[in-house]
Amino acid sequence: MRFRFARLPMAFALFALVALAALPWLATPYMVDLTTKIMIMAIFALSLELLVGGTGLVSFGHAAYFGVAAYAAALLAPKYDAASLPLLFAIAVLAAGAYALVVGALVLRTRGIYFIMVTLAFAQMAYYIFHDTKVGGGSDGVYLNIKPELTILGWKPFNLDNGLHFYFFTLVLLAAVFVFLTLLLRSRFGCALAGIRVNETRMRAAGFPTYSYKLAAFVLAGMLAGVAGFLFAAKDGFVNPELLSWHQSGAVLLMVILGGAGRLHGAVVGAFALTLLQEAFASEAIFGSFAKHWQLLLGATIILAVALLPEGLTGVADEIRAWRLRRRDAGQSAGATDA
Amino acid sequence: MDLATFLIQCLNAIQYGLLLFLVASGLTLIFGIMGVINLAHGSFYMMGAYFAYGLAPFVAAWFGESFVLTLVLGLALAVLIGYALEWAFFSFLYRREHLQQVLMTYGLILVFEELRSILAGNDVHGVNAPAWLAGSIPLSDLMTYPVYRLFISAVCVATGLVLYVVIRQTRLGMMIRAGASNREMVQSLGINIRLLYRIVFAAGVGLAALAGMIAAPVSTVYPNMGSQVLIICFVVVVIGGIGSIRGALVASLLVGIVDTFGKVLFPEGAGVVVYLLMAVILLWRPEGLFRSG
Amino acid sequence: MKTMKRRPGMVMAGLATGLLLAAGGAGAQGAKVKVGFMLPYTGTYAALGNAIENGFRLYVQEQGGKLGGRELEYFKVDDESEPAKATDNVNKLVKRDQVDVLVGTVHSGVALGMAKVARETKTLMINPNAGADAVTGAMCAPNIFRTSFSNWQPGYAMGKVMAEKGHKRAVTLTWKYAAGDESVGGFREGFEAGGGKVQKDLTVPFPNVEFQALLTEIASLKPDAVYVFFAGGGAVKFVKDYAAAGLNKTIPLYGAGFLTDGTLEAQGDAAQGLLTTLHYADGLTNAKEKTFRAGYMAAYKAEPDVYAMQGYDAGQLLGAGLAAVKGDVKNQAPLIAAMEKATIDSPRGPFTMSKAHNPVQDIYLRKVEGKQNKVVNVAIKGLADPARGCKM
Repeated sequence: MRFRFARLPMAFALFALVALAALPWLATPYMVDLTTKIMIMAIFALSLELLVGGTGLVSFGHAAYFGVAAYAAALLAPKYDAASLPLLFAIAVLAAGAYALVVGALVLRTRGIYFIMVTLAFAQMAYYIFHDTKVGGGSDGVYLNIKPELTILGWKPFNLDNGLHFYFFTLVLLAAVFVFLTLLLRSRFGCALAGIRVNETRMRAAGFPTYSYKLAAFVLAGMLAGVAGFLFAAKDGFVNPELLSWHQSGAVLLMVILGGAGRLHGAVVGAFALTLLQEAFASEAIFGSFAKHWQLLLGATIILAVALLPEGLTGVADEIRAWRLRRRDAGQSAGATDA
Repeated sequence: MDLATFLIQCLNAIQYGLLLFLVASGLTLIFGIMGVINLAHGSFYMMGAYFAYGLAPFVAAWFGESFVLTLVLGLALAVLIGYALEWAFFSFLYRREHLQQVLMTYGLILVFEELRSILAGNDVHGVNAPAWLAGSIPLSDLMTYPVYRLFISAVCVATGLVLYVVIRQTRLGMMIRAGASNREMVQSLGINIRLLYRIVFAAGVGLAALAGMIAAPVSTVYPNMGSQVLIICFVVVVIGGIGSIRGALVASLLVGIVDTFGKVLFPEGAGVVVYLLMAVILLWRPEGLFRSG
Repeated sequence: MKTMKRRPGMVMAGLATGLLLAAGGAGAQGAKVKVGFMLPYTGTYAALGNAIENGFRLYVQEQGGKLGGRELEYFKVDDESEPAKATDNVNKLVKRDQVDVLVGTVHSGVALGMAKVARETKTLMINPNAGADAVTGAMCAPNIFRTSFSNWQPGYAMGKVMAEKGHKRAVTLTWKYAAGDESVGGFREGFEAGGGKVQKDLTVPFPNVEFQALLTEIASLKPDAVYVFFAGGGAVKFVKDYAAAGLNKTIPLYGAGFLTDGTLEAQGDAAQGLLTTLHYADGLTNAKEKTFRAGYMAAYKAEPDVYAMQGYDAGQLLGAGLAAVKGDVKNQAPLIAAMEKATIDSPRGPFTMSKAHNPVQDIYLRKVEGKQNKVVNVAIKGLADPARGCKM
């Protein structure tokens, strides 16, 4: 593990950070906007990666926390004034965390595929509550018309109505979540989670209260998904029950898997890859009238990716390294027989 | 609710439950025995329904109108497709993690949906029930019950029985059961596990397609019909216990009852009740009602 | 048709000013008008999206490929009927392709997401289908128009018709979602104003299509009539199930028009004789309907449906606006004023825009005969949506 996590991701992260910071000067406003949305999805995927790769818990209902936070932001913001950014942010993230605490306390009794399905069940319940009742405007959803503001003693450091400001606000949060998770996974807590992933029985025998560890990870993941949900609501100003649907849970899971579960940067790569692939396949500029069959191209690409890249996109580097090692070993042993 | 209405609702519940069972039984087989999470199972259901719609004119032109012949032809085609798909896509997935299977079968859903759109278009189509099943039976002073729905139930019960007999009483069934509990052991006994899996997978696809074909005259045929069935089938499979045909049957009926009465008694919460049922059952028995076997 | 006659002159004028301005370095005048279709091209509503686009293009072709003297350039985005992606998808058109006009969409949730972006970016938006009341209600804006209907309209008209037929007690049934609630709300208003009473509102979780339990419930409630709102696959299945349960013989079924639109081939005998209300019908005899139908048949080798008609009228409405500003789509105030004042010579019969930019139109009572929704009569003439919540 140490070998994987140590050098490459750091280089990747730095390079990505520089590239993303430079992007607004190189790309069109549309690309900046699209990248903002992808970065929000990347935060969402990172939060799930803490569960999937970090703890070995595959949640198929992660959109619930994303959606609960988005709804909290949209419903609790004042109608005609700008909300306080730190306050609304905290409320949204805590709402997601509270829901994750309730759900996590119940669902962590199950494991494996059953865990996948119970998380789905709780997400579907939340979905139908927002879809069928009037709490959040029913299936039409609700609007967040005025973006929240940060004011320190009358001074406004940035304005989220400005797309560029929002872009950097999201980028900073993405970097913060990434660094936070990197440190967390290297901490004692993170190592305990990794231990639970590999062999929970042994961890319990070694005296770790594994249930509490898993619950803590689950709530933390819910809160981080809440960060993404809050950003989504603030950016679009439009929150709809479909944010909690199983399609959304599935999409974020796909990002994690496509990028390569078990590596933090995999979640980020997956978010970029899946969104950009669909963007490209559905683009008439590239594929002409065939663009309307984008599902076919995306589906085929996913199948190919599974067949050729069992470790996900970010696993390629590892596989090349492993292949080199094998070749070197083979070379050495060949040399040995010569001598 | 008076007694007569209550009894009719029970009939509705059982009938819906049995149809769910037919789709879910294939899923639980593939899932429990091969350990593959097959998101594309709903697509096989859709494929079946489109077979019922698309093959009928061919059958009518060549052999004269025959619902049964359409069914047989569609079933054969589905089994062949299942066999080919296992060979092409699934055979290399067994050694992989569950997550890889999720990703791959999701890709397959996209491909199937788009192929459906290209081959059959995006319109809603009706499929006619055969004339000999078109009648209906009076139930109350206002309501009648279509014979075709009884036929659906009968087919589901018959399929369930066949599955039970095959799995419990035949050599193939024995191998399947053994393969589910211990793959290496079966292999070391000299049984061709790859062939076994291929057969199980083809059978699972066949069951889903059969359900789609049988349901087509009542459900009609429309885009995305598979994804609606998929989630509810996963619910059934998990409640029943993965790999357990008996569990799938009990769970289907349970879901049928809860869904039917939920709609009537708690219309505000009708969307939630089925998932509430699943959550409660799994919190009570974390591995479903019947453990695989 | 005035626009047609004036066209050659306008082209010349446009060309002249274009040349002048091009010489002056400003290329905007004379540039193509960019139209962005944001419609479902995959999934459940794909057929509707294609019909709308075909209708729109047909009108433009009839005008020689030009509106207001300008050529049109099309951009397309598949909205997948997915509200969670609505803002991203509309941004593809507004920010990436920088379209002047948005045309879309079918799904109400997506349309509301679109409307928000259109309001904020002041992009002209023409909604050729989605019936969400809020689009021309709480979300109304000077730059947002609709050429279809509000969910309230057909519902209200049917309520009135059913009360006039002497039904006293009715049960409603719909999917549990906003469109259904709004349609049933309109029905209740019309029905109770006519002296009827809604006995019970039944709902099915969206997009569940297992209706048997609720049919049994209807049979035990024994109402005088049933009003439903369903569309697409759900509509087909409901109508067939209703007939199979024998209820059609004893409790008459009525619905908003989508119950039998684009679905009759699949519904077959089960739908025969059903009465529905909508702003369009088969068997209309106005001249525009005839030319539209013939033109559509010639161009696409298929019968046009209500969705194609709504797309066609979206083209007409835009044409009326562009004609007034000679194709200068950036000159938004007079463009909008012209669209507001326009009387659209629609295949459904002429209609005008309400203050909130929803059609003020006749709602027809139709009866299913064979594969057609034959017009019976006009249920309500010139019905305008109440546009609740619109501050314009």
